[in-house]
Amino acid sequence: MKILLVDDSRTMRNIWKKVISSIDGSEAVEAGDGNEGLAAIEKSGPFDLMLIDWNMPNMDGLSMVKKVRETDKSTAIIMVTTEAEKPRIIEAIKAGVNNYVVKPFTPDTLKDKIDETMKKVGAAS
Amino acid sequence: MPDESKGINPKLITAFVSSTRNVLSMMVGVESEIGKPALKTESKPCYDVSGIVGFSGEVAGSVVISFHEEAALSIVEAFCGERIEVDNPDFADAIGELSNMIAGNAKKDFGLEASIGIPSVIIGPEHTLARLSDVPCIAIPCSSEVGNFSVEVNIKQVSKVTV
Repeated sequence: MKILLVDDSRTMRNIWKKVISSIDGSEAVEAGDGNEGLAAIEKSGPFDLMLIDWNMPNMDGLSMVKKVRETDKSTAIIMVTTEAEKPRIIEAIKAGVNNYVVKPFTPDTLKDKIDETMKKVGAAS
Repeated sequence: MPDESKGINPKLITAFVSSTRNVLSMMVGVESEIGKPALKTESKPCYDVSGIVGFSGEVAGSVVISFHEEAALSIVEAFCGERIEVDNPDFADAIGELSNMIAGNAKKDFGLEASIGIPSVIIGPEHTLARLSDVPCIAIPCSSEVGNFSVEVNIKQVSKVTV
């Protein structure tokens, strides 16, 4: 499974990488903001899954999700963010994310959300 | 002009107390003892490592998570799974991300429309920070098995402007 990790914190991307290392055959590509994320899709896509933070410099995660969904309705996207208020979650779902994880999280929570999302997206396709 | 509250809403302080406990317990495995919040008048943070996050929207100002250097080293080590020295850019990155999570987790309990900025990190003895002058800074002292830190809240509620 090819996974794009988009977060301006390298520490957070490393934590995500540890979680996805338990997924057989997973391969991670990293980006530090929405612009880099879109460039990574151009260069190394398509991906099976994208984990995207919301608050990032240059281009935030919500703007990136909207851009991605202009042309790609099928890739699984999970937003992983400190934005925990209900209106924000609704905004992200309307923009096209398939699932949502609020920071702080445990590694098990993130892994469960990834499994749940991939099942949901797989069942829909 | 918006009607700005001169004081600090106690709900905002309480939000940071539970947020600090949650973030450090869940992401780092460190349990924190929270002391009594007190007014802070000097512009120097309590310790040498500061993670700073700004607020905008219906809340203005900033929060500083100020760590004793030894506590910061241990917390970053637990967060990243390896020892990272203070002069490594990943050290500031980790402190920034923890500060971001503490601020973001507190924000959800404000019950207000607020946004947080990208965190900044300042490291060094005796550094000073500019704060909002029209609202008190409240320092929440915290202790843990790995050392002391402090959450310094200098924010105010700003009413919505209705047109």
